[in-house]
Amino acid sequence: MATTEQGTSEGTDVTRRDFLYVASGAFAAVGAAAAAWPLIDQMNPSADVLALSSIEVDLSAIDVGQSVTVLWRGKPVFVRHRTPKEIEEARAVDLASLPDPQADEDRVQKPEWLIMVGVCTHLGCVPIGERGDYDGWFCPCHGSHYDTSGRIRKGPAPKNLEVPEYVFLNDTTVKIG
Amino acid sequence: MKAMFKKTGLIVSLASALVSGGFGAAQAAGGSAELKHLDWSFNGMFGRYDDASLQRGFQVYREVCSACHSLKHIAFRNLTDIGFSEAEVKALAAQYEIVDGPDEFGDMYTREGRPSDRIPGPFENEQQARASNGGALPPDLSLVAKSRVGGPDYIYSLLTGYHEPPAGVELRAGMNYNAVFPGNQIAMAPPLFEDMVEFADGTPATVEQMAEDVSHFLMWAAEPKLEERKSMGFRVLLFLIIMTGLFYFANKKVWLPVKRGENV
Amino acid sequence: MATSNYQPKNRFLRAFNEQLPILSLIHDSLGPGYRAPKNLNYWWNFGSLAGFCLIVQIVTGIVLVMHYTPHADLAFDSVEHIMRDVNYGWLLRYIHANGASMFFIVVYIHIFRGLFYGSYRSPRETLWFLGVIIYLLMMATGFMGYVLPWGQMSFWGATVITNLFSAVPLVGDEIVTFLWGGYSVDNPTLQRFFSLHYLLPFVILGMVILHIWALHIPGSNNPLGIDVQGPQDQVPFHPYYTAKDAFGLGLFLIFFAVFVFYFPNFLGHPDNYIEANPMVTPAHIVPEWYYLPFYAILRAIPDKLGGVVAMFAAILILFAMPWLDGSKARSSRFRPIYRTFLWLFVANAILLGYVGANSPDDFLHLGGVDISFLTLGRIATAYYFLFFLVIVPVVSRWEEPLPLPKSINEEVLKKAAKAAPAE
Repeated sequence: MATTEQGTSEGTDVTRRDFLYVASGAFAAVGAAAAAWPLIDQMNPSADVLALSSIEVDLSAIDVGQSVTVLWRGKPVFVRHRTPKEIEEARAVDLASLPDPQADEDRVQKPEWLIMVGVCTHLGCVPIGERGDYDGWFCPCHGSHYDTSGRIRKGPAPKNLEVPEYVFLNDTTVKIG
Repeated sequence: MKAMFKKTGLIVSLASALVSGGFGAAQAAGGSAELKHLDWSFNGMFGRYDDASLQRGFQVYREVCSACHSLKHIAFRNLTDIGFSEAEVKALAAQYEIVDGPDEFGDMYTREGRPSDRIPGPFENEQQARASNGGALPPDLSLVAKSRVGGPDYIYSLLTGYHEPPAGVELRAGMNYNAVFPGNQIAMAPPLFEDMVEFADGTPATVEQMAEDVSHFLMWAAEPKLEERKSMGFRVLLFLIIMTGLFYFANKKVWLPVKRGENV
Repeated sequence: MATSNYQPKNRFLRAFNEQLPILSLIHDSLGPGYRAPKNLNYWWNFGSLAGFCLIVQIVTGIVLVMHYTPHADLAFDSVEHIMRDVNYGWLLRYIHANGASMFFIVVYIHIFRGLFYGSYRSPRETLWFLGVIIYLLMMATGFMGYVLPWGQMSFWGATVITNLFSAVPLVGDEIVTFLWGGYSVDNPTLQRFFSLHYLLPFVILGMVILHIWALHIPGSNNPLGIDVQGPQDQVPFHPYYTAKDAFGLGLFLIFFAVFVFYFPNFLGHPDNYIEANPMVTPAHIVPEWYYLPFYAILRAIPDKLGGVVAMFAAILILFAMPWLDGSKARSSRFRPIYRTFLWLFVANAILLGYVGANSPDDFLHLGGVDISFLTLGRIATAYYFLFFLVIVPVVSRWEEPLPLPKSINEEVLKKAAKAAPAE
């Protein structure tokens, strides 16, 4: 039944692409695209997730040489109260020798407080503190070494640990995000 | 084709009569008085909420209703929708104590509210709510405007529907007479009295005014996306009508040879 | 259909099509290669509309699942999370919830079309059976979907419907416990309903593909109910019926959009915005509108088991239509007496729906006479079964059909001649 095609109707007025058909097709295409947007956009962070995107951390309980890990946007954030020795080490490095050159001054707002996202820039594992060849962090997954400023020094990770946006609300409170 | 549309129209109207008739009957079964139908600003195809009324309504909720009723689906941040600034919302949230935790010792603690917190309710759980209200459970109000037949009209009519029981009606202990509440006996005492709140915009706080504003507010609480929905709906319908018009003529044009009797 | 002579013009597509003839398949089933009777009217739009509804439900459903949580403690709140926080969540949920109703409206009209024009008659019985199976699967899917928001109607609807199985002799209670996964409708019930609500639409999709396959073997029936005699009776599906289906789809979308954007909760029940509470039964438990006629039949029978049997029989009896109908003509167009009974059947089904929405103890006030909904439901139930068991077999064999036209083309040409002077 389907094999008996009655001559080709192309070229007759039936299939001629006149304005009406082009306009109909265009409307259908625009409509389909518009309908697709809500289906895509629903995957973006929802209003309640966006509302949680900043947290406040109380610094008064963190002594020199200690650090805390807080959860921010589902990721660990390291807040480290650095010792003078660590600061000194971080600032003594020759920037030219770094895989991802960045001055320690550009990574902290107050020298004693190092705040950064605790996710290895290689493949997303969480590095362990006060380990590795540079007294900073060491990622056990693939052996990346970070220094006391959280900069990558050795191993497969391409970049320094990310510094999130934060502001000091007062001397003892910092708002991350 | 016309005859077919006529018949289809008949079926559609029958079906809708059936559905509305069905609900109408279920509604009437409560044996309650007629609801007062207000001319809400959010009614109709281009309906929008009135921010001034919403803010007054929120004030009524906060100063009156919230003593017994929670509003658990609303977060402070949502209040920017009804015209509060972010700073105002932050200040407002900070007035509430939120239970958070556990801390590093495993204890729960309280802290100031943040915009991302839900508005805390007056009771910790259902049992506590019942114990404080003579066994009755004050319902959460987040969805009350959608979970009651008549919605905001019902809330308004209920809040203004308290009066002395008619002769021959025996009220059960702790009950109050209400003209629209199903069964007419409601555990909630008349909640609104003239001038019990003071509106910042100088609107006189009559019972009717407070009832109208809080009903308006609760409609927003139940259906916060109403404005977006209606304005999008108008644009979608406009688009669809034009598109369908084009399809109609395109279809007519396609069929022209067949209608002329040609074989294709 | 098996051997197609379709050849894509593009060289690469031609090579691809030789290795996987999917382009031929599309060409021969939805494109110019499939030829359909040239006299199909607008009732024939509802098949493609039903397919469209299924796709809409599957797509919006998959997306909603990304935010919904199937747990008794979290389901209700997760639906509110969708309504309030998820980007366009309110739109997606309202499309899905109203889409279910739209799907049933379309399918009921599609079934009626089949009944009116005798589309269940030979050689299309398999097509009809597959359709009834799809309808049954839809009922199950719709029921389980309505449970997922975990509102009061969800919970009590689930309780009442699953309790129907307690009417089964001897093992009734065991079956109900098995369905629930516990001693009441609770979290295990919700989770299995969620799993099945996600699964069944894909089973329906598979059935729909078989349904379309079974349609393409004999080809479409038509309003005259007579066989196609040659290509002069047909037109290519594309562009003729694609254009017509597109226009019908436009009209349908307008109808759909009015509900989604302006009356999104009209077809739902207010009680479902109250979270499920096993301690409090709503004053009136009403199923979704599309089950109401069967709910009325259930309540019309005074015996519990009898009611359940009657309710299922009311649906399953559709399977028997090819044998019940013994007329020489397929289409009711040529069977005026039968046609009257059929329209009466439609009115009766709507009446049953109205009865189902009301409490059997209430009364309908008809011009001074009060009829209880129970009585009304019993009369309507009687007609429902009388129609299938007596009217269809007897009237179809006894009524002599009006003279049938010689061919489809002849009728179309007659119409064209009539229309010509006007143009």
